[in-house]
Amino acid sequence: MTAEPVIRLSDVRKAFGVQPVLDGVSLEVRPGEAVALLGGNGAGKTTLLKIVATILRPTSGRVFVAGRDAVRDAEGVRGRIGFAGHGAWVYDDLTATENLRFWATLGGRAPSDPELAAALAAVDLDRTGTARVRTFSAGMKRRLSLARLTLFQPAVLALDEPFGGLDQRAKKWLEGQLETFKSRGGALLMVTHSFGRELGIADRIAILAGGRIALDTPRGGLDPDDVQRLYAAHAEEGA
Amino acid sequence: MTFARRAAVVAWKDLLVERRSKETLNALLFFSLLLLFVFQFALGPDRERLAGVLPGVLWLGFILSALLALGRTFLLEREHDCWEGLLLAPGDKSAIYLGKLAANLALMAFVETLVLGLFVIFFDIDLGGALPGLPLVVALGTLGLGAVGTLFAAMTAHVRAREVLFPVLLLPVQIPVLLATVKATEALLLGESLGAVAHWVKLLAAADVVYVVIGLLTFDAVLEG
Repeated sequence: MTAEPVIRLSDVRKAFGVQPVLDGVSLEVRPGEAVALLGGNGAGKTTLLKIVATILRPTSGRVFVAGRDAVRDAEGVRGRIGFAGHGAWVYDDLTATENLRFWATLGGRAPSDPELAAALAAVDLDRTGTARVRTFSAGMKRRLSLARLTLFQPAVLALDEPFGGLDQRAKKWLEGQLETFKSRGGALLMVTHSFGRELGIADRIAILAGGRIALDTPRGGLDPDDVQRLYAAHAEEGA
Repeated sequence: MTFARRAAVVAWKDLLVERRSKETLNALLFFSLLLLFVFQFALGPDRERLAGVLPGVLWLGFILSALLALGRTFLLEREHDCWEGLLLAPGDKSAIYLGKLAANLALMAFVETLVLGLFVIFFDIDLGGALPGLPLVVALGTLGLGAVGTLFAAMTAHVRAREVLFPVLLLPVQIPVLLATVKATEALLLGESLGAVAHWVKLLAAADVVYVVIGLLTFDAVLEG
């Protein structure tokens, strides 16, 4: 028996003014599954991810996340989803620890000092926990943003270019974290431009072009060259 | 309990960032000093003339510095891409409003205390007769200004002409508060008792309750855009 999808989009449309971005997107992500969303610039990948995360509302269509209607019950979804977008969500004049404490408390948690230290250690920021984020590089801010996600236990992760700006060690750590997340039954939807190692985490590849899912296929034994060919055939033709 | 803790952490974050960056505070202090110098030169030492315009001048200083402070409330979130984070935080969003309001009130109270102190020195005023009424009127007026200002700052944070739109929206709504504060301040500085301005104080308190309740009830919709 196949498990019920944790993320389910049915005929989702989104327009900004008169400009349509999504034109009937349907997609499902099941528990323990990771879907990599590929597509050219302006294809609507980030828009789709933000709709799943309840940051944007679709113009029409149905979106269900963790059994909740993402339009009618956005608050119900927000407690069950972890989101990392382009912005790192960090305040430059707070330290790394203070940033984590702020987001954890706002999210309804009261993390202990050892818990915060462990989250920072996981992303190799334990020695800079008391330093102001103003002194951090973009990659360090990205790692801090990912450390924030480890403080919660979401059923769904929606990640926009999660490996972007990370060094090799951080990429390896993130791969491990995402594999663990999947093995616990979590559903992952991630936007990426890379055909390389970060696709290794994906069980399915969906290509967004012309406002629709042009291809939705199991990754199976596809190597980066195969993905490149599929991308060229679907994303670039649909653009 | 969670609501209070979430409101407190927002206020803590805003005040900590301000204490370290001093971006708003420095601007407010220089602006207040400049205002005092201008008023001092414009009004001169004429005590009678001063008594007539002092309440208006005092509140003009408070309002202009509040406009500066309140207008920046949500820029911090925009500049650091944290707006989405606030939006996605589960739970009642009015906790965020309350936290932001508390931080704004603390900042405004600090600047107002300083401005008031400088007014006493610059204009050689004895505030002894205006106590305890004056601090009460200033506190109520500040709450009214902060409650609407915090809400409107969120509404205009993503608008291109927010520097113009923010005061244009805020000031007409503030008319009852401005009228009551200036009139009550004038009476108190002339030596009248708190009882004599009770009607203005009641109006201020009622306006504050209405403004804060509206802020708490509508902030969720404002944040969602």
